[in-house]
Amino acid sequence: MTAALINVPKKAKAGDIIEIKALTSHVMETGYRHTATGEVIPRDIITSFTCRFEGDEVFRADFFPATAANPFISFFTNASKSGKFDFEWIGDNGFSQTASASITVE
Amino acid sequence: MKATATIVLTSLLIVAGIVPRPLIATEIPASERRSGYTFMGAETRAMQDDDTTNPGMLGVLDGEALWNRKAGSAGKSCAGCHQDAKVTMKGVAARYPAYDKELSRPVNLEQRINLCRTRHQQAEPLAYEKHELLALTTYVAEQSRGMPITPDPTPELQPFVAKGRDLFMHRQGQLNIACTNCHDDNWDKHLAGAAITQAMPTGYPIYRLDWQSLGSLERRLRNCITGQRAQNYDYGAVELVELELYLMARARGMPIETPAVRP
Repeated sequence: MTAALINVPKKAKAGDIIEIKALTSHVMETGYRHTATGEVIPRDIITSFTCRFEGDEVFRADFFPATAANPFISFFTNASKSGKFDFEWIGDNGFSQTASASITVE
Repeated sequence: MKATATIVLTSLLIVAGIVPRPLIATEIPASERRSGYTFMGAETRAMQDDDTTNPGMLGVLDGEALWNRKAGSAGKSCAGCHQDAKVTMKGVAARYPAYDKELSRPVNLEQRINLCRTRHQQAEPLAYEKHELLALTTYVAEQSRGMPITPDPTPELQPFVAKGRDLFMHRQGQLNIACTNCHDDNWDKHLAGAAITQAMPTGYPIYRLDWQSLGSLERRLRNCITGQRAQNYDYGAVELVELELYLMARARGMPIETPAVRP
């Protein structure tokens, strides 16, 4: 089961700096842990997060094994015009999660 | 004079560690009760307060999906009987654990969900502390958010509440320490770097940053029992439900915070 929570302001004035928050569910298994019987628990992490606004990339982050489960990202961008933000998380074992949110710029 | 001398002597011996400190075991007055929330740093409180930063809300989303998904050979979903959880589950977590007549014992929310699965959905019970059970429980409990804890007054429950209180007051384990010695007598202090809180179960299941996941009150209780170096109870044991009943009675009237975030 995966789920994502996105927080984009619904409205902003042109030129405003807005904060975007994105939270997704993921175990972020490091690959460094072992079971009680000594077998390695295979790595299973998100490797990349991308935010696009109307197709243009505005923010991207690479992830590594030291990130906690259910990674939370917050970043800032300029509100230039109304449109849609698309979010994409990609990870090990073909993990892919998408979400989107719209903003109205007055 | 003699009494004063005795008190002075006893105090000196206590300070010297010769005579053990008497068990005070006073419950916290209503006016001094505080949620674990108030012991946390500003950042962790902010994380809980915003539904888009609270990782427990991911469990609520998953729980909502599970609520509407058919399970078991009866082909029923939770919603099939209980309809909209936002209406039918409102206040349920605030009065649990409840008495189950068929089992003649109290059951907590997790156990009630599993009883519903086995009795009505003809489905396998979900495993304790696995994401599915935690998510469903969190979704149900979240419907009571902001409502005051109102323990079930059913007379059959009262002996179990009393047993829970006894367990809470009873010294056990290699450290020979009772729950009350920390959570009633020393809640304004720290244990290593962590605040000792008042053991008010207002936000379960909680998202614990240390666990990197949601966890039940039973998991939290088992953590503390391990800390006492005492023999632990298995998940689902009636003793853990008795403790839960007593803790909910302690927190009577305090608002439900589920899903709470804790360090």
